[in-house]
Amino acid sequence: MPQVHDRGGWPGAGPINQAGHDLSMWEQRTDALLVLLSSPTKQLIRVDELRRAIESLPPDAYEKLSYYERWISAIETLLVEKGVLTKEEIDRKADEGKVTSNE
Amino acid sequence: MHDHEHDHAHEAAHAPIVERDALTYYERRVQAIQALLIEKGVVTADEVRRTIEAMDARSPAMGAKIVARVWVDPDFRARLLADTKAAVAEMGVDTGSLIKIAAVENTESLHNVVVCTLCSCYPRALLGLPPDWYKSLNYRSRVVKDPRGVLEEFGLDLDSDVEVRVYDSTADMRYLVIPARPAGTEGMSEEQLAELVTRDSMIGVTKARKPNR
Repeated sequence: MPQVHDRGGWPGAGPINQAGHDLSMWEQRTDALLVLLSSPTKQLIRVDELRRAIESLPPDAYEKLSYYERWISAIETLLVEKGVLTKEEIDRKADEGKVTSNE
Repeated sequence: MHDHEHDHAHEAAHAPIVERDALTYYERRVQAIQALLIEKGVVTADEVRRTIEAMDARSPAMGAKIVARVWVDPDFRARLLADTKAAVAEMGVDTGSLIKIAAVENTESLHNVVVCTLCSCYPRALLGLPPDWYKSLNYRSRVVKDPRGVLEEFGLDLDSDVEVRVYDSTADMRYLVIPARPAGTEGMSEEQLAELVTRDSMIGVTKARKPNR
């Protein structure tokens, strides 16, 4: 049985939703953060590392999360693993965001 | 940039904007991570902004220019098929850290289509950001198993004697489909030809547009 990310030929897939959407600000930021963190000058996250972090998400999370939700989960995992940030400080900062209304 | 190719799904793509009191869990995580990275001097706010601007500036128009050049210039075509990275660099496209990029050409008897079954690998420098469906689990699952069925869903009905080849991208290897030049375009300029080349035709789920449509 292939792992959850390995979708080629995965059974039970339905019609393809061809509707697109314009990226929201948080999605653009997530993308930009990865581009920056993997840039030659910073070299903090490599693409294969991002892949590993995404592919090791629990299968139900992989299925449920949106594309950029998977990315930011993986970026967080890697930044914590590498000691750039701690989970505690991200939790604390994110809690401050709870009281902020939509910018 | 807004893509109007899929008008039938337009309603779904633009759900009404609902006032929200708070950000979602993941929106708060992104905001927190970005703020901390800026505080610690890992990135600057200006770098994030410039990166977003650079991302917005990339579009399928770059790939379309390259396809149109292939259609009018046999020497360029030969160079592109031999070394795609070098040939697109001639056209001013920096494919950055991509290790390899290959152009695959459609003909009357061969149709190529590109997927990334494991994730979403895609030649952004040439095509801009991948469309949502390219990244979708359903496209990734099905196109390798039933490419003709998937292409029919995109409105492309191929004759049964046309061979279909599916290319699976990787982090190190990306593909650009060169759609076949439509009939009736003999007198057209390179700029006019480029307008017939759509993003989806360079992924291989559709053909290039017919002229005067």
